[in-house]
Amino acid sequence: MTAPHGRRVVITGIGVTAPGGVGTKAFWSLLTDGRTSTRRISLFDPSPFRSQVAAEVDFDADLLGLSPQEVRRMDRAAQFAVLTAREAVADSGLEFTALDPHRTGVTIGSAVGATMGLDQEYRTVSDSGRLDLVDHTYAVPHLYNFLVPSSFAAEVAWAVGAEGPSTVVSTGCTSGLDSIGYATELIREGTADVMVAGAADAPISPITVACFDAIKATTPRNDDPEHASRPFDGTRNGFVLGEGAAVFVLEEMESAKARGARIYAEIVGYASRSNAFHMTGLRSDGREMAEAIRVALDEARLNPEDIDYVNAHGSGTKQNDRHETAAFKNSLGEHAYAVPVSSIKSMVGHSLGAIGAIEIAASALAIEHNVVPPTANLSTPDPECDLDYVPVTARDWRTDAVLSVGSGFGGFQSAVVLARPERSAG
Amino acid sequence: MTAGTARAVVTGLGVAAPNGLGVADYWAAARAGRSGIGRVSRFDPSGYPARLAGEITGFDAKDHLPGKLLPQTDRMTQIALVSTDWAFADAGVDPAALPEYDMGVITASTSGGFEFGQRELKALWSQGSRYVSAYQSFAWFYAVNSGQISIRNGMRGPSGVVVSDQAGGLDAIAHARRQIRKGTGLMVSGAVDASICPWGWVAQLAAQRLSTSDDPERAYLPFDPAARGHVPGEGGALLVLEDLDRARDRGARQIYGEIAGYGSTFDPKPGSGRPPGLRKAIELALADAGMEPEQVDVVFADAAAIPELDRIEAEAITAVFGPRGVPVTAPKTMTGRLYSGAAPLDLATAFLTLRDGVIPPSIRVSPSEDYDIDLVTDRPRTAPVRSALVLARGYGGFNSAVVVRAVEQ
Repeated sequence: MTAPHGRRVVITGIGVTAPGGVGTKAFWSLLTDGRTSTRRISLFDPSPFRSQVAAEVDFDADLLGLSPQEVRRMDRAAQFAVLTAREAVADSGLEFTALDPHRTGVTIGSAVGATMGLDQEYRTVSDSGRLDLVDHTYAVPHLYNFLVPSSFAAEVAWAVGAEGPSTVVSTGCTSGLDSIGYATELIREGTADVMVAGAADAPISPITVACFDAIKATTPRNDDPEHASRPFDGTRNGFVLGEGAAVFVLEEMESAKARGARIYAEIVGYASRSNAFHMTGLRSDGREMAEAIRVALDEARLNPEDIDYVNAHGSGTKQNDRHETAAFKNSLGEHAYAVPVSSIKSMVGHSLGAIGAIEIAASALAIEHNVVPPTANLSTPDPECDLDYVPVTARDWRTDAVLSVGSGFGGFQSAVVLARPERSAG
Repeated sequence: MTAGTARAVVTGLGVAAPNGLGVADYWAAARAGRSGIGRVSRFDPSGYPARLAGEITGFDAKDHLPGKLLPQTDRMTQIALVSTDWAFADAGVDPAALPEYDMGVITASTSGGFEFGQRELKALWSQGSRYVSAYQSFAWFYAVNSGQISIRNGMRGPSGVVVSDQAGGLDAIAHARRQIRKGTGLMVSGAVDASICPWGWVAQLAAQRLSTSDDPERAYLPFDPAARGHVPGEGGALLVLEDLDRARDRGARQIYGEIAGYGSTFDPKPGSGRPPGLRKAIELALADAGMEPEQVDVVFADAAAIPELDRIEAEAITAVFGPRGVPVTAPKTMTGRLYSGAAPLDLATAFLTLRDGVIPPSIRVSPSEDYDIDLVTDRPRTAPVRSALVLARGYGGFNSAVVVRAVEQ
């Protein structure tokens, strides 16, 4: 992504399915109102679990236009991906049937794939764990689609008529950013002209809740679900699981301009680095995330002070928010103290692989509307988190360039830089 | 080095296959046509419609890895970590001596640490959530191998994980090449999969592509009139990719060849009436390599052993190369299909073919007369080989093709 005069990539369509309301409009209204969508888990009985809160999507696939066949063969996350892709395609105004299908591709990020479907199906074929030799005669015919989550990309490719490079990107909690980064690289290098790129996860299942319970990564604040997700707050004690999807139509900039497309933002920089430290632990100095940020800014040809808003990973775990704050100081210098930084996970929870894409949507909309979404529930200062996290209330703010970052299990650290199109064209 | 012009070459191979652990054993077996397919031994398969697999034997993780890693890793991660160690050793590279941000890892996966996942699902549903392992959150997910490989080797550069079923191994290699072109000096890339556990077995059975034969010699016969599905296997390969100039500057002990071209397509939605995308993927890979079909010396086939898929592949090869225009082989007849690990193993095999001028056979296949392809069967074929095309397809319609080429010494 370093060719200065080469092909440039812009966002021309956005689809979002997030907790608090399906569709981009509902999502943006939730964020700018500073409302939270976290609640006691309703998808199953959470009482045996340590953490019983989540941010769930109220979602009826039938009403939203999936056929009973499609609903049966798709995991909930795949349903999110397909419906959200349809919204993005409609929003773009791009006539997909007129495109060269081999130059139209799909990347869908997902951290845990069809974990909900797998959890349910395992329970059936094992008779609730009684059988070691699980019984294939009870398996659903589409179980392979749950086994291998590339089925998500396949479903989206079918839905939009793409026949170009298609894949699922699965780098844990940075999957959403990396999916968009991957798609951007395909357009820049000339492999594709249009990419339907985003991410989807639906991880609110007993096995996922249990595995985060086991390492106390999720919050036990069960008595106050609406205020349970508390990034950068002094009383934070773990993240709140979420679910959802965001999908974009990405186009090569000149062809998007030529057709008169509405351009939300240009993707001007992307980088991913690994901490090579620990599968779940983070070093407090944030140096590898800082490196990813520096490389992404360098690619964007922007200086730290050009960044008007930082969309943080802000998961609300003790170690993440400290790690990330250090990374911002390390990479942005003094500007880290001046730039608004916020975490929308305070409102929509942490949907693992999907959230990076959902946060890119928030970042693009911040540019579109010149509004920075807040960090909800931030009321108790933490001396280790001493930046401007835009507490509680959204802020009118001229936003021309946004840095969005992610950090995840496996040590992945990713950064994406978006810029207002006229500015980045200058 | 100007970004975009760097040439990505392979300097190290680490392979783990059902018919051989490590390059030397595997290559000796592949040349000799020795199969690693047999009856499933890790659980009792008698109650299932498919009972054969390509299992890796003789691999004991504790011989190779520190004890603290064992309880937190699935078998496929253990095999991937050891294969990476072998690939570094083969390349003559000590990762600890390299700049941390100048090396990265990109792997493919299909099902993550599925056996680990089965154990923890059992704990959850038979005992309760408090019995779920503290390692479950990362031991099963698709990103685990890239994460663990980066940690073990101190690799902090560009990282990634792709899932495109059995085509993903080639997509990972192409993405690693992209990072070399953008300026990273060294990438580890490839894939290992292993889900030979009852839960993985049942999930694989659902696709209705597994051979139900009990005869290891007749179970997996791609392009044969008797083709009735495939035998699944475990294993794969990790490759060390480097920028060509840098490999030469450090005096790399060998340069197996270059990742010269890549193409990837997705099949049209069933019922659309449009042609499948494999041929287009081949054409894209050749164009990317700047090569004509007659410059390709051998094709490593995807070899689905499903009659319809065999026909599509044979027709694509014939359309591009002409009737019997190029030798075609499927060494995976000796290993079974290794899911995301299959294509990286085929790439490793292709590089060994380049090195030695020996094309390993597709064992026990009597090709159907309906297919106009020159399938290398029974015995290895000796031929000067300067370049090879590797094909891989994934369930649902993923098609990927990579062209590898010898590098002028």
